[in-house]
Amino acid sequence: MDDSVKYKATLGKSPVISIKGLNKSFGENVVLNDFNMEIFEDENLVLMGKSGSGKSVLIKCVIGLMEPDSGTIEVLGRDIITLKQQEMDELRAEIGFLFQGSALYDSMTVRENLEFPLRRHRNKMNGNKTKDLVMEALENVGLAHTLDLMPAELSGGMQRRIALARALILKPKIIFYDEPTTGLDPITAKEIILLMLDVQKKYNTSSLIITHDVDCARVIANRIILLYEKTNYAEGTFTELSTSSDPKVKAFFK
Amino acid sequence: MVGNFPIAANLISFFTEIGALSHFAGRFFKELFSRPFEFREFLRQCYQMGNKSLVLVGITGFILGLVFTLQSRPTLLEFGAVSWMPSMISISIVREIGPVIIALICAGRIGSSIGAELGSMKVTEQIDAMEVSGTNPFKFLVVTRILAATLMLPILILIGDLVAVIGSALVENVKGDVSFLLYFNQVFEALEYSDLLPATIKSFFFGFAIGLVGCFKGYNSSKGTAGVGKAANSAVVFTSLLLFVLDFIAVFVSDVIYG
Ligand SMILES: Nc1ncnc2c1ncn2[C@@H]1O[C@H](COP(=O)(O)OP(=O)(O)OP(=O)(O)O)[C@@H](O)[C@H]1O
Ligand SMILES: [Mg+2]
Repeated sequence: MDDSVKYKATLGKSPVISIKGLNKSFGENVVLNDFNMEIFEDENLVLMGKSGSGKSVLIKCVIGLMEPDSGTIEVLGRDIITLKQQEMDELRAEIGFLFQGSALYDSMTVRENLEFPLRRHRNKMNGNKTKDLVMEALENVGLAHTLDLMPAELSGGMQRRIALARALILKPKIIFYDEPTTGLDPITAKEIILLMLDVQKKYNTSSLIITHDVDCARVIANRIILLYEKTNYAEGTFTELSTSSDPKVKAFFK
Repeated sequence: MVGNFPIAANLISFFTEIGALSHFAGRFFKELFSRPFEFREFLRQCYQMGNKSLVLVGITGFILGLVFTLQSRPTLLEFGAVSWMPSMISISIVREIGPVIIALICAGRIGSSIGAELGSMKVTEQIDAMEVSGTNPFKFLVVTRILAATLMLPILILIGDLVAVIGSALVENVKGDVSFLLYFNQVFEALEYSDLLPATIKSFFFGFAIGLVGCFKGYNSSKGTAGVGKAANSAVVFTSLLLFVLDFIAVFVSDVIYG
């Protein structure tokens, strides 16, 4: 697909996430300063930025794991800062989250890891349905044979795929990927990227992908945002940003 | 100012810690009584704690009874009071030494492993992942572990006491030619309600302290693998200190009650 066509695909759609004037500091350390951004339906938005620039902090604010100092965050039309615990949990059921270090529960088997997000629906789930969902999620990432293994018995790439399966098991409307390919060899990284694209096609999700990986951004991004100097520094398609006249922007694409 | 007086600084950080710990305990009681209760995880924790500590508690108890009897035998012989051995052993072990020693052993075994486990879950974002999955990690991880430790400690202490008495009986059997049956009879005769009850109540508190501090340290551990080690280590140190304080309070209170 041509870049500009990819960008146009997001025009005229409504935002699923909209962040306005977000500020976040830890003591003296200002991490985000007046940060604004929107993510649209069916869009793959890539967020790039140097290590320590606050990318993980940003998505943790969006999912309610951290509280911003000020600003508004709307997710699927709801202002998450005012949500009660119960409403927050309902909203989180619509969101998949792939943690930077996979965050698999290491005292549980792969099966138990995948069943964990289903606990929130335990009243509606019976044994067969749970089993089907777990198998479907595992088959999506091609690791059906690891069902009864412990995370420690899997390679880093396999762990990432299991974590992906766990994030997707409830077929969320929005997915956050925190550095999905970091620390993987180029071939495994490519596999993960293809998986992400598959998922997006299959379930029509909107995704926010944090990455340093320029190849990953090129393949997957409809749009890219650069988090730089604590704020949304530049925004555009891959071609626009990688050919930008601003040397600071260009530096990210070397 | 305070920096010039290390003792003052230490005291302040100690009391800050106590404050944070009380807050954590408050949260435990609040979440304990709200639904849902994670029963399966609670059972799993009970099983694991018992399983992990049973052999250790058994060995410690046995040696405790053995050594204690061997050491006090000559003195009692001197006064011609060896027949007091069963009552002395039962009272000193059941009332005091058994609970304290076994709680200390469990602080090392259970407290440190809770601290390390929760610490590493925190550092690797597993706790965040639970939160995002719609499971309250405090209920799932903390409430279950504190409850399991509170329940398991009295059981482990009871087992330890029993094995200690067996160890003691063995010495008396070999050295003093007292039959096991006779010895046990004498031990149980010597034991009174006022020995057992305070000791049992005390051991619930010991278990609670071990679970609480282990969870507190792990749940609030700082980033990085060093944070995990520190969580495990300081859980043991802090719990041990707390156990002695609790023991002092318990002895004081039961002294007031039973005179
Ligand atoms: N819980 C926290 N307490 C205090 N400071 C924090 C905390 N989490 C993050 N920070 C600080 O916020 C800043 C941004 O961290 P963040 O993890 O968001 O970076 P990042 O952009 O995700 O980097 P990377 O690409 O390395 O993952 C850092 O300076 C970090 O020290
Ligand atoms: Mg990060």
